[in-house]
Amino acid sequence: MNNLFVYIELEGGKIADVSLELLTKGRELADTLKVKLEAVVMGDGLAGLEKELARYGADTVWIADDAIFSPFRTLPHTAALCGLIEQEKPQIVLFGATPVGRDFAPRVSSALHSGLTADCTQLVIGDHNDVKSGKGYTDLLYQIRPAFGGNIIATIVNPDHRPQMATVREGVMRKQEAAVPAAGEVKVIDWRSYVKDSDLVVKIVDRQIEERKIDIKGASIIVAGGYGMGSKENFKLVYELAEVLGGEVGASRAAVDAGFTEHARQVGQTGVTVRPKLYIACGISGQIQHTAGMDQSSMVISINSDPDAPINKIADYAITGDVNDIIPKMIKYYKQNSK
Amino acid sequence: MKNAKIVVLAKQVPDTRNVGKDAMTPEGTVNRAALPAIFNPEDLNALEMALSLKDRIEGATVHVLTMGPLRAADIIRDAMFRGADGGYLLSGREFAGSDTLATSYALSCALRKIGPDIIVAGRQAIDGDTAQVGPQVAEKLGLPQVTYAERIVEIKEASLVIKRRLEHGTEVVECPVPAVVTVNASAEACRPRNAKRVMAFKCAMAKSEIAAAPESEAALRAASKPALQIVEWAAADVDPDPQQLGLTGSPTKVKKIENVVFQAKEAKRLTASDCDIKELMVELIASHTLG
Repeated sequence: MNNLFVYIELEGGKIADVSLELLTKGRELADTLKVKLEAVVMGDGLAGLEKELARYGADTVWIADDAIFSPFRTLPHTAALCGLIEQEKPQIVLFGATPVGRDFAPRVSSALHSGLTADCTQLVIGDHNDVKSGKGYTDLLYQIRPAFGGNIIATIVNPDHRPQMATVREGVMRKQEAAVPAAGEVKVIDWRSYVKDSDLVVKIVDRQIEERKIDIKGASIIVAGGYGMGSKENFKLVYELAEVLGGEVGASRAAVDAGFTEHARQVGQTGVTVRPKLYIACGISGQIQHTAGMDQSSMVISINSDPDAPINKIADYAITGDVNDIIPKMIKYYKQNSK
Repeated sequence: MKNAKIVVLAKQVPDTRNVGKDAMTPEGTVNRAALPAIFNPEDLNALEMALSLKDRIEGATVHVLTMGPLRAADIIRDAMFRGADGGYLLSGREFAGSDTLATSYALSCALRKIGPDIIVAGRQAIDGDTAQVGPQVAEKLGLPQVTYAERIVEIKEASLVIKRRLEHGTEVVECPVPAVVTVNASAEACRPRNAKRVMAFKCAMAKSEIAAAPESEAALRAASKPALQIVEWAAADVDPDPQQLGLTGSPTKVKKIENVVFQAKEAKRLTASDCDIKELMVELIASHTLG
C-alpha cells in the first residue's frame, strides 16, 4: 500500500523509453520513501515484459492483458487505472508526457480529484509547510517544472490529495537498469470489474503509424549551427560533427530562415526546447529567443569568432575562432581519443 | 446531425512565445505587464473546427466559453468577429487561484447549464502547456474525448469521425456525441475576422462592461440588443460546490516560483589551437560527456 506507480507505455509492443526512464527515477524515489516500485502495464500480449521491468527496478508488475487495451483508448485505460489506484492507494503515480500520458493522466486526476503536474523536469522528495494553515507535511513529491514559456521554474506540491501525479517528457530523466534487479512479481489488474461497456464507445477506424521523424527533443547531444556557419555547404560540418559524436543537429532561427536546414531542427522560443547533456553551439550568437530553448542544457560549448557573443555568457566552454577550422579539429581529436 | 449546439472552450493568455527584449527586466526576469494578452493559439484552431462544423451542420450554433477576468471578454468578441454566435464569460474572485482541476470543475458546471452537443477546445494553452483542461472537463461531464484532433472526416447522425495527429502518425476514430474534442495546432488555421461582423459585433459587451460605462453609446446599443450581450456568469450562476472552486478546490499548490535569471557565468576560454581543442575533447571523453 502507498507505493509508487509508474504507468508503462507500449510502442508497437515494446516498452517506451520514457517508461524505463520513469522507472529509473521511480526506483530512486521509492528507495527514499522506503516503499515498493510498481509498474502498471495495459495492452495485448504482455507475457514476458515483466523481466525487462524488473531489470529497471519494478518490484511489482500490474498487468491488464486484453485486446481492448490495444491500441490505446482513453476510456478503458482510465477506468482500469482508476480502479487499480482506488484498490491499491499508491502515494505517487508517474506517466510519460507522451500523447498517451497527456491524454489520459488528466482524466485519471479528474476522476480521482487529485492533482497532476504536467511536464516535470525534476522530481524530488521533500517536506512542506503550508504557510496559511501552518500544517507541516513530510515526504511530499516536489514536482518541478518550467512555466510561462520557460521564464519561471515552479515547484508544485499536492499536500492533501493522493495520489500525487506527474508527467515527464521523454529524455528528461536518465534511464539506467537497477543495480540489483527487482522481483518483478506479476499481479493481474481486476479490470473486468472496472471497465464498463460504456467505456468502449469510441471506435478506432484507422491507424497510420509512421517511422519516427526528426525529433531532437530527446537527444542527449545536440550540435547546433547558426547563421555564422555562413552557408548551407558549411552547415554540413555541423551534421558531420553530430554524426561522429552520436548527436542530433539543431539550428538557430537565423540558420533555418537562411535555408541551411529544416524547421524541425530549430531550437528556441519558436522552435523546440531541448535539455541535452551537451549542447555545442556553432556560429550562434545567442539571442534570448534561442537561449530560452537550450539554457537548461547540462553543458554548453560555444564556437564563435566574436569573443563577446552573448552565447558565451551561458557557455561552459567558449572557443573563439573560425567554425570551419575548429569543427574538423574536434572531429579529428574525438576520433583519436575515443575507444 | 442537426441543430448541434457547439461550445468552444477558450482562454486569454499572455503571449509567452515572443518574449522580446523589452519584456525582460534588467534583472533578466520576465516583465509580465509587457506581454500582450492574446487568444490562446490552439483555441483559435478549435474555433475554426467549430465554425467548420457549423458550416456543415444545419441549424448548428457556436458559442465560446471562457473563464477569466472581465477583459477576457475581448476573445469572445474576437470569436464573434470570426463567426461565433455569442459567448459566455465565467468571471469572479471565487475562481481565482484555480489549478487545472478547479478550472475544469468550474467550466463543467457552466457546460452543464449550457448543455452542448459538441465541446471543442484547443489542445493546450501557451502559458501553462499542460493540456489537462480538455480531458478533465470530459471526465467531469462523463463524456468521451478525442484529443489532438486535426480534421473532422465525417459527420454522422449521432457521431463524429475525427482524424487525430499523434506524435508518430495519425489515427481516425469514431466518437459518439456529446463529446469533448481537443484540437492540435496542425489543424486548419482560424478564418480571419469578417469586416461586416466586426461592425455588427464591436459593441458586444458583458453586463459588467455595460455597467462600467452605462451612458456610452456602445453600452446603450449593447443593452438594447440581446445579440450583443455576452453572457456573464459569476460562480453562483452555475451552481457549483464552493469547495471545488478556486484555490480551495485546487489539489496542486505552488510551493515556490523561481524566475529564470539569465545571468553571466564564467566560461572557460579556449582558442582554436590544436592543443586547446585536443584537451577539450579528451576532457569530454574522460568525463563521459561524450560516449
